[in-house]
Amino acid sequence: MTNQIPEPTDTLEDLEDAPWRLRTGTLSLLGSWRTAGIAIPFLILFVVLSITSGPFLHTTNLINILDQQASTLCIAAAGTLVLVAGGIDLSVGATYGLATVVAGEIAAHHSPVLAIVGAIAVGLLVGLVNGLIVTVFKINALITTLAMSFVVGGIALRVSSGNLIVLSASSGFYRFANAQWLTVPSAVWMTLVFVVVLGLLLSRTTFGRYMVASGGNAEAARLAGVRVNRIRVITFVLSGGAAGLGGVIDISRLLSAQAASGGTTLAFTVLAGIVVGGTSIAGGEGSVWRTGIGVLFIALIGNGFNLLAVNPLYQQIVLGIILLIAVGLDSWARQRRR
Amino acid sequence: MSKRFGGVPALIDVSLTIELGKVHALIGENGAGKSTLGKIISGVIGPDEGDMTFAGRPLVLRSPREALAQGIIAIAQDPSIVPGLTVAENVYLGSEVATAGFVRRREARRRFRELANRVGFDLSPDVRAGSLSTAERQKVEIMRALSRNASIVVMDEPSAALSSNESAALHEIIRSLSRRGSAVVLISHFLPEVLSLSDTITTLRDGRLVRTVEAAGATEESLIEGMLGRSLSSAFPEKVPVDSNVPVLLEVEHVSAPGVSDCSFVLRQGEILGISGLVGAGRSELARAIFRDAKVSAGTVRLDGTELAGRHPHRSIYRGLVLIPESRKDMGLMMGRSVKENISLSRLDLVSRLGWIAGIRERRAVTQLMTKTNVRAASMAMPAMMLSGGNQQKLLFARSMMCSPSVLIADEPTRGVDVGSKRAIYDLLVQMAREGMGIILISSELDEVLGLAHRTLVMRHGRFTAELTGEAMNEQAVLAAAFTDTGVT
Repeated sequence: MTNQIPEPTDTLEDLEDAPWRLRTGTLSLLGSWRTAGIAIPFLILFVVLSITSGPFLHTTNLINILDQQASTLCIAAAGTLVLVAGGIDLSVGATYGLATVVAGEIAAHHSPVLAIVGAIAVGLLVGLVNGLIVTVFKINALITTLAMSFVVGGIALRVSSGNLIVLSASSGFYRFANAQWLTVPSAVWMTLVFVVVLGLLLSRTTFGRYMVASGGNAEAARLAGVRVNRIRVITFVLSGGAAGLGGVIDISRLLSAQAASGGTTLAFTVLAGIVVGGTSIAGGEGSVWRTGIGVLFIALIGNGFNLLAVNPLYQQIVLGIILLIAVGLDSWARQRRR
Repeated sequence: MSKRFGGVPALIDVSLTIELGKVHALIGENGAGKSTLGKIISGVIGPDEGDMTFAGRPLVLRSPREALAQGIIAIAQDPSIVPGLTVAENVYLGSEVATAGFVRRREARRRFRELANRVGFDLSPDVRAGSLSTAERQKVEIMRALSRNASIVVMDEPSAALSSNESAALHEIIRSLSRRGSAVVLISHFLPEVLSLSDTITTLRDGRLVRTVEAAGATEESLIEGMLGRSLSSAFPEKVPVDSNVPVLLEVEHVSAPGVSDCSFVLRQGEILGISGLVGAGRSELARAIFRDAKVSAGTVRLDGTELAGRHPHRSIYRGLVLIPESRKDMGLMMGRSVKENISLSRLDLVSRLGWIAGIRERRAVTQLMTKTNVRAASMAMPAMMLSGGNQQKLLFARSMMCSPSVLIADEPTRGVDVGSKRAIYDLLVQMAREGMGIILISSELDEVLGLAHRTLVMRHGRFTAELTGEAMNEQAVLAAAFTDTGVT
């Protein structure tokens, strides 16, 4: 048993001056996983693909990947905000499908601008309904948006009468996502702007702080004066609007629309991208730019498998494992900090 | 034994021996390492260096379950119960009375009654645990520990949320545990409790062992001196008298809300109004009704002469009424977020333009508030959970100060806070009142209310039973009013 008072040392003072980030140990390693996170595996995969596959590094291939991922990136960026604020949106796939058929139906008879505005408005409306159900009726977001995805999917079938809508390439609508600037299609530019704006919204604005607070501890946020319900509704509206935008971008790119496009596959791909990007499914933390990398990481895997002619069967298995690793690291980080 | 958290040493080279049949108290300021040591003993976390032996054998605990198997049980500071299960199910959680996987409900209930009688707790076995108050949840935890015949029981602040008669019952349990040959490790901030219960007292400071002494030879003063490294001059700052003709800030008239019926009072500028009463008397409910966070069924609340209406905490804050809630972990802080974000949350509009946060302005404001409230943190980027309880509480004070309110409601501002931080919080309260703020202080610690408040209202069953000032404001009068319906005025 030690009975004497130990010599006072100045280690504590020294530590207090040291910047938090410079501390060594598991915690800061995990912290850097959170901040750099998916960027490191993404870069490794990028380099590996550049070496192993000739066509990979071609500008055409890279722009193609971005073009194909444009809608997913938009939806995932907004979905990140929903998750950070403590919700989840599984209805984005169905909303996307509805947006494409609405845009298609309008574009077939009216002006392309009306089609674009109409589809995005439909998305915003679905998001608003989601948000109100979750906050006013206090129904779990997962269940609400799952139920809504059936409702919205049904409406989409009704709008299109179950048909495939095909538009002509000569319509002005085609130019919306395919007009090129610096050899990059407008779909990619729109996505870039959208993702950057949402990223700044989350990391630099009071609204972003409120989202983080609402997801981190809703009760505390409310007592601190944050209008938690309003914040959550807005995140759902943004998510719905993004699904609408994604739908318009894709119908403009592909010139065909179908109620069943998107669906659960899209909803889960979006969620996978967000989670692989290190945003916590428990809410309260996350970042939009990492979601972007997460979505592109998954896209690179697909692209790599195609270019290297590997059986696409393995692609799904690999994706599943990566998802588990991402979620596992998140929960491990949470436990370690206790 | 040593333990570090993210590079901050929480415990440095501490050794101690716990004897069976004795009560061993661990005391020290918050952040001194008491809880950490308790958690290591009970297997919640492992030491980074050093080892333990139990009855001559080396003891390696990788989880609370392994500790349980060795007869070591911990009762945590914040009761952890499963809200969806009943009281009895919670008590026997993990050691269900079962045959072939089927729970024998009747047998479990019988055992529960036996145990409840033995410890003198009045709890129904079939109530859903989620509907219990904090104090009752704590009782469930204590019963859970007692239902397994533990050889070592680690209790972290067991009486913090209990009322005085409940703590008396708890003390009897602790004594009977040690009589039966178990060792009790008692982590506590209540020095009278420590002195009356313990056989041995170990004092920790900044993660180091200061000394281990026999309780018989210790006094409150000697213990405080060991904890602080200096002697405490006086427990409470001097009261600043309030003139009776200063303007009224807050008028509460006939307010009724869930758990509150027909409460009226006024609060003047610079006044500290204490609200006392037993746990569950409706004090926190009243606070939340005034703050407009609960549905108010009748009555009015006027702040600076204008009525507060609706259920909008954010409007109360912008009007100048701020609440520091009773549980900083559940209702106060975003534990995973930084000190900075936690402080600036309520008034981000002051450090932003058109919704865009001005980083420099925010950091400057936060630095100022941290200095004012004396928050001790390595940096403002540190997550709130890495701070000690006292410093976490100061974060809430910093947040409140940023709102520059005219009225502050502080609900249990010193719960689970060490002696040094307590004094710092008292100083803050008195200083805020001197600057003209009206303060409502809700506390279960009677001497805190008596030592700080100009006037005390006593609550019982949701009503005020007494209003005490001056000489009449003493311990007997408050207790009489808290325990009887008629009260003494």
